[in-house]
Amino acid sequence: MQEYAVPFHWRKFKERYNLIGSRCTHCGKPFYPKRSICPSCRRAGKMEDAKLSGKGKIFSYTVIRVPPSGFKIYAPYVVAIIELDDGCKLVSQVVDVDPEKVEIGMAVKTCFRKIREDNSSGLILYGFKFKPDIGKMA
Amino acid sequence: MFENTRPRRDVAIIGTGCTKFGELWDKSLRDLVVEAGVKAVEDAGIYGKELQLVVGGNMSGGLFIGQEHTGALFADYLGLNHVPSIRAEAACASSSVALRIGYIAVASGLYDYVAIGGAEKMTDVYGPHATTALASAMDQETEAYCGSTFPGVYALMAKRHMHEYGTTREQMAKVAVKNHENALHNPIAHFQRKITVEDVISSQLVADPLRLLDCSPISDGAAAVILAPADLAKKHTDSPVYIKASAQASDSLSLFSRRDICTLDATLFAAKHAYEQAKLTPKDIHVAEVHDCFTISELIAYEDLGLCKKGEGGKFMESGQTLLGGNIPINTSGGLKAKGHPVGATGVAQVIELVQQLTGKAGKRQVSGAEIGLAHNVGGSGATVAIHILSNKI
Repeated sequence: MQEYAVPFHWRKFKERYNLIGSRCTHCGKPFYPKRSICPSCRRAGKMEDAKLSGKGKIFSYTVIRVPPSGFKIYAPYVVAIIELDDGCKLVSQVVDVDPEKVEIGMAVKTCFRKIREDNSSGLILYGFKFKPDIGKMA
Repeated sequence: MFENTRPRRDVAIIGTGCTKFGELWDKSLRDLVVEAGVKAVEDAGIYGKELQLVVGGNMSGGLFIGQEHTGALFADYLGLNHVPSIRAEAACASSSVALRIGYIAVASGLYDYVAIGGAEKMTDVYGPHATTALASAMDQETEAYCGSTFPGVYALMAKRHMHEYGTTREQMAKVAVKNHENALHNPIAHFQRKITVEDVISSQLVADPLRLLDCSPISDGAAAVILAPADLAKKHTDSPVYIKASAQASDSLSLFSRRDICTLDATLFAAKHAYEQAKLTPKDIHVAEVHDCFTISELIAYEDLGLCKKGEGGKFMESGQTLLGGNIPINTSGGLKAKGHPVGATGVAQVIELVQQLTGKAGKRQVSGAEIGLAHNVGGSGATVAIHILSNKI
């Protein structure tokens, strides 16, 4: 990923640290990341901030073996599409699990983690990743 | 929203030009553009001064060679100052979108002679930098932020497709084997090397389940075509090829935001519009170039273009119908997988393969009696899809 100045990340802190998305007051559909226009209702709807549960299931996943710049020290790592209990999907790394043990349908929940370090600025980026939700596993 | 397009006149392709695709260390972006452009103008039998508009597809001159403003650059080095020149950018669909802009310009009656090109110089940076440049086609604030890569996004589609429909590792590998086989007969192809299913499934893992030989390569190359109104086409060539449909659709930039990650809805919409414009159905297509940036993409394209039922792309591959000699040969050029994928050049290069097929000039790759061809070009993981249907009859 390209390296950015602080504001690029700073303006997203609230969303990324607390998993805040949007919900359309008209159709009730949740979104992550935030959107200001509902794709279904458009101007008939109004978006409000929605704190998402951070719990869900793995919808699809991959193991990244050839990482982009900034992620070399983490490889191989799992990137998954998570279907949240709230009813929307998002993309995230899945950690604290052997990549070989990951499967579609696995229950997961958010955890707060370091995402990466930028080389030149020394900026350390944080955000959510997901880990197995032990309480929900069979 | 699509029904309102009303072309005022038919549009023809009267000339084509393409460079070799591959790691072309001795050529810069501008060298490639000039080579393809001059070939196209010579093939069309026109003079540069007759050209009224240039539209060039280029995904990321900025990230690959630190050069933006490539629209003006292309016209400049083609010796076409002060012709207006537009750069079209839609990630890997950049030059199909350029073609569509040119089609609109001619079909509307605004211009007669338009040069359409596409070019990318990808090997002037090292691998990780190229990976980052390609990843700029996906959503930076979500997909790239969490460390996904471009192969990673297609891997998410592949994994789910295998889960939902039982698509197998071998079925995906067969796409790569077929396209490498076709490229053996294409002199411009990046790879002229036969591979086996075993080679694919034992190659290095890139993003599970996708392996190195599931992925299209990082290539340099350029392609160009000259457009003219159909009523002027015969002045320049005995064998014009007509654009029967030009369609495009958009979708969410990020894969996870889509209705279904095993379907490219933008393909469904663009295909519906294209078939309606051309008054044709999938059964009428004789030959097609589809976007096989990864093996799974070709299987999904079979389904979304209506060549087989949803979920049966793998079985359709196994049936042999898409091989040279089958009912509907797909990616006779070798596709992105083996012909190469200089991202900004790919869309126009697909169309050039179809022009060769429809004019009987495809050599050992020739599909006998081919009269109607379809080109399907995807930007990113499906946020842009452009489809063109061509015919050698008006």
